[in-house]
Amino acid sequence: MTWMIMRRVLVSGGKNFVRGGAVSAATVLIMTVTLAIIGFLVFLSALLSFTLTTIKNKVDVSVYFVTTATEQDILAVKNQLEQLPQVSSVTYTSAADALTAFRARHANDQLTLQALDQLGGNPLDASLEIRAKDPSEYESIVNFLEASPALSPNSTSIIDRINYAQNKNVIDRLSLAILATREIGFAVVIFFAAASILIAFATIRLAIYTAKDEIAVMRLVGASNAYIQGPFIVEGVIAGGIAAFIVLLLFWPATWYVGAKTSDWFDGFNFASYYSGHFPLLFGVLVLSGITLGGVASVLAIRKYLA
Amino acid sequence: MIYFDKVTKRYKDTAALEEVTLSVAPKEFVSIVGHSGAGKTTLLKLLLAEERPTDGAVFFESVDVNDLPSSALHRYRRKIGMVFQDFRLIPNKTAYENIAFAMEAAGRTDDEIASDVPYILELVSLADKARHFPDQLSGGEKQRIAIGRAIINQPDLIVADEPTGNLDPINTYEIVEILKKINELGTTIIITTHNKGVVDAIGKRVVTIERGRVVRDDAEGKYVL
Repeated sequence: MTWMIMRRVLVSGGKNFVRGGAVSAATVLIMTVTLAIIGFLVFLSALLSFTLTTIKNKVDVSVYFVTTATEQDILAVKNQLEQLPQVSSVTYTSAADALTAFRARHANDQLTLQALDQLGGNPLDASLEIRAKDPSEYESIVNFLEASPALSPNSTSIIDRINYAQNKNVIDRLSLAILATREIGFAVVIFFAAASILIAFATIRLAIYTAKDEIAVMRLVGASNAYIQGPFIVEGVIAGGIAAFIVLLLFWPATWYVGAKTSDWFDGFNFASYYSGHFPLLFGVLVLSGITLGGVASVLAIRKYLA
Repeated sequence: MIYFDKVTKRYKDTAALEEVTLSVAPKEFVSIVGHSGAGKTTLLKLLLAEERPTDGAVFFESVDVNDLPSSALHRYRRKIGMVFQDFRLIPNKTAYENIAFAMEAAGRTDDEIASDVPYILELVSLADKARHFPDQLSGGEKQRIAIGRAIINQPDLIVADEPTGNLDPINTYEIVEILKKINELGTTIIITTHNKGVVDAIGKRVVTIERGRVVRDDAEGKYVL
């Protein structure tokens, strides 16, 4: 296609869009609703990911060591754990640090502190706090700890206890809930995205249907299929582009308002912060979706009248 | 120039045309007459390759129209200017743009368009309506724009399907005069009509079709139904 033809197609598409009046406005409106749904789904996915990550971060397994275990032995175990691919982080708390934390936590509980003083020395164990990348992987980490010969120098285990057994049920349920939430969330996103895309397609088909006589005339005066199709694609792209910008514009005050009201409910997730922090992503998703949707829908809708 | 060779066109069990054989020489002005449903429009659709014959062949300048691949049809149609009863102007284009569109579709340059379109608008006496949209024009004006669009690429043939069907007598007379002038300048014209006044005013060859068959071919321009 030469530059002259491309220019004519672009100018003609632009003019048709402007002159389309109510039909163009209706197309932009429907595309705006479609893209708003797609944008909302981006926020929903982000909120879901944030919530699941927050919940996952609250789950851990602690390994308590016998008081006779040396710091060197414990740090060796820490190193081994950090090598495991399923481990996200391992935090070491020495017996002294555990005691300091215990005293700080019970600063207002004189009875407990007196009892601690009466015991003499430090009755608390050193520990490792392990976070897995996925809650379903705690079992394999615990199995590793129990099976590892390095943990039993001189045939005596240096591990006093692992709190996994009492947390197992909660962790398993949480793993299942996270998996189900992710799958359901994904299905909801796909469903709404597909539904809104179909609505946009139907609107563009309807807009092109109103021009079917015009298309027939263009064919009869000898216009090639590409020359007939071009301006309709340009119109679709313009409608999609404008709708994307409208949605981006509407999201700014909307996320600011909703973000301020719901940040506490969502454990710190703020829609406005997400919008400003991920603007390039939202811009890309919405503008690309709008343009692609408008263009592809036009191509598919007009194909029927060019056969 | 045009040759229909034993052309039959059937829609399911109904025959719209039956073994029609017809030839049209260059620069001829042929009126095809007949009652509604006689097969006049089907004949034109076959010529424009909008429809394919069930049997027989349609030749245009010795080329079998049915042998043309879909990708070549638009080039073929550029050789023919079309005028319709219902004008078929593009509603969201101005009078100027409707005429220019035919040139754009044929790949003509901007300079050619800028020089030819105003000339054609003058020719059809609508230079002052260049920026008007079709819904701002009268029936006669719309038909003159449609004729302008049909002749802008200087086609070898103009096909007019009931061009005066929606017009009052004065506009009918004007359109007939324009078509006659175009024919005098050397363009072949095929017109379908069932208006006796139009046929008489043209006074050229008349082909009469009845129930899909050519029943009369009169060089003297007689309208007999």
